[in-house]
Amino acid sequence: MELGFLFISIVKIGAILAYIYALLWVLGQKQWWIKAVGLLVAFAVVQLALSLKFGSGENPFQILNSFDQGLLFQACTITMVSLGLNLIYGFNGQFSLGQWGFYGIGAYCAADITYRWFNGDARGLIVVSVGTILGGLGLILVNRLVKRLRGIPVLSAFTLYLLVSVVAAAVAVFAGRLLNPLIAPLMGSLAEPGPLNSPAVRQIVFFLSVILAGIFSAEVSFLFGLPVLQLGSDYFGIATLGFSIVINTLMVNSDTILPFPEMKGGRGMIGIPKLTTWFWAFFFLLVVVVIMRNLIRSTTGRAIMSVREDETAAKAMGIDVAGSKLLAFVAGSFFAGIGGAVYAHYIGFLSPGTFSFLAGFNPLIIVVFGGLGSMTGTIAASFGWIFFLEGLLRVLLGQLGTDAPTWRFVLYPITLLLLMLIRPQGLLGTVEWGFLKGEKRKARVTVPKS
Amino acid sequence: MDTETKAQDNSLLRVQGLTKFFGGLCAVKDFDLAIEPGELVGLIGPNGAGKTTVFNLITGLYQTSGGEILFNGEALLGLEPFEITRLGIARTFQNIRLFPNLSVMDNVRIAYHPHAGYNLADSVFRTPRYQTKERELDEQARDFLAIFKLEGIQQELAKNLPYGEQRRVEIARALACSPRLLLLDEPAAGMNPREIVQLMELIHFIRDRFKLTILLIEHQMRVVMGICERITVMDFGEVIARGTPKEIQNNPKVIEAYLGKGSAHVA
Repeated sequence: MELGFLFISIVKIGAILAYIYALLWVLGQKQWWIKAVGLLVAFAVVQLALSLKFGSGENPFQILNSFDQGLLFQACTITMVSLGLNLIYGFNGQFSLGQWGFYGIGAYCAADITYRWFNGDARGLIVVSVGTILGGLGLILVNRLVKRLRGIPVLSAFTLYLLVSVVAAAVAVFAGRLLNPLIAPLMGSLAEPGPLNSPAVRQIVFFLSVILAGIFSAEVSFLFGLPVLQLGSDYFGIATLGFSIVINTLMVNSDTILPFPEMKGGRGMIGIPKLTTWFWAFFFLLVVVVIMRNLIRSTTGRAIMSVREDETAAKAMGIDVAGSKLLAFVAGSFFAGIGGAVYAHYIGFLSPGTFSFLAGFNPLIIVVFGGLGSMTGTIAASFGWIFFLEGLLRVLLGQLGTDAPTWRFVLYPITLLLLMLIRPQGLLGTVEWGFLKGEKRKARVTVPKS
Repeated sequence: MDTETKAQDNSLLRVQGLTKFFGGLCAVKDFDLAIEPGELVGLIGPNGAGKTTVFNLITGLYQTSGGEILFNGEALLGLEPFEITRLGIARTFQNIRLFPNLSVMDNVRIAYHPHAGYNLADSVFRTPRYQTKERELDEQARDFLAIFKLEGIQQELAKNLPYGEQRRVEIARALACSPRLLLLDEPAAGMNPREIVQLMELIHFIRDRFKLTILLIEHQMRVVMGICERITVMDFGEVIARGTPKEIQNNPKVIEAYLGKGSAHVA
């Protein structure tokens, strides 16, 4: 039985890697209809594997059972966070330990929106949407202003940005208080959902909650990154570490210092609607991958990489280095926020313990393991991490004894050490598969104009 | 209007009273320089004279402790380095600062970033504007590499190139910024006599082809005497002499401060 299980698990992991390769290959084809069909097939294959049940009775055979589904969703969300970190660290060269903080912000933010909505309270959605939109507009306006008036010191600009954000937040809270009673009758309650709590509307709210959570994380990262990215890479790393710890502390005190009694502070937030399905996980993962790939394979991406290579030379080439760092940081945090939102709605509860800073090293290990500067490496390493390590190894070790699974925390670092000795550039180095490589352009034979 | 004010109006670069202190150490003191469009000017002096510091001050990498810098009549003080580059000043570095893990093609394409013609939204959503502008950028970069005969190595990573080629790529990359003024910091460093001749030909070629004004720091006297029209000599942060190559060669102060390395070989 054990050998059979081992064999099936290895086949599963191989299938996953082949699936990733095939999906990236299909997306890299030129004709749009090939891409469309490929995406449909990719989605359908996994969906069928999850839904089909052969036989009846207590234990029907499933290609991918519910345990696998959990692993799948975990893999998707950790991929989004890790891709964000790869953008910040692998492509932009800024060592950040703050991804986990933004993951947590995204998770709690989205969870709060849907939890409240399901309980007949629209304030979550109203406040966050008004806040992020107004805040975003305000930040953009201040940005234009700062650029026009040259020579404003960074801290003064930061104060302006902060002021605008606080004003936007205040307006948002006011809007929530004002508008919520107006639509409360349509919302109903948890026991008796009203028309605004129909399944269709709930899906829309879920979609909005994920996007808004991402934007909210992005705006927080903008405010945090503006003064802090100026510090050299090492000091920046420590600052992001501090940020993660602050966020974690805020989570523990979400019902005391912060006015969110439903988050229940250190006891953890429960009752989050489990709205994440394979469709949504697939969708948001693709969104993150496509945005990141389109960003990297463009002039902005090249500018971001040049900052990693040599900041001084980049400045001399006309690159706004500070701006590039901020862009990479904000984009990476956006991805982490989305990942957190999808995660929260898969697992149904959130505990500050999940977002401890120690756990924040996981994406870092994944990114280094897969290859800094390789999106494919991050994706493969994320799925490998979850399915192989958390999935297979945990079960394997479990069969050796009840305490044995804890040994995997010894095996992970040893594996990483060995890999760094044998292949420091990571599993895939800077290699990319299929669509992540970017568009191919035919070299023209040119006659140089004299 | 007298000739001096006329020259003031036409100068491409005008530096006056430039001073830089690093704590208590005075690296540059009261440095003056005026360069007319199309000139090829040399800046020489012993090691530690402050020549690269002057470059760094002009390009905004260092903040000045005094003096002013005017480029095309526009004051450069307080501008960020990337803003100064976008105004039309490009430079190379003493110890070659290419982007090591990027290809030659990508190194050159970076220079086109400020004028790419499309923004972030275009990139993310792959709009038609992105498609056309990126293709144009690509062709422009390829044509550009062909001018320098670098198209054969365009996919090579910069860190894998031999030293001479790295130099050439760095100069090409600086030129891809479409500068009006090019600052070359010791371009002949580490080159043998044959490579030096090729370099001198290259500098003449780019000056004519791209209608450039060039300010050159160099220790190799063959290069300085061979191509510079005017020379400014620095020592201990101050200007000690100015003139044509012939005048500088015979200047006793210069000879005293700086015995040129190849001066005996210059015809």
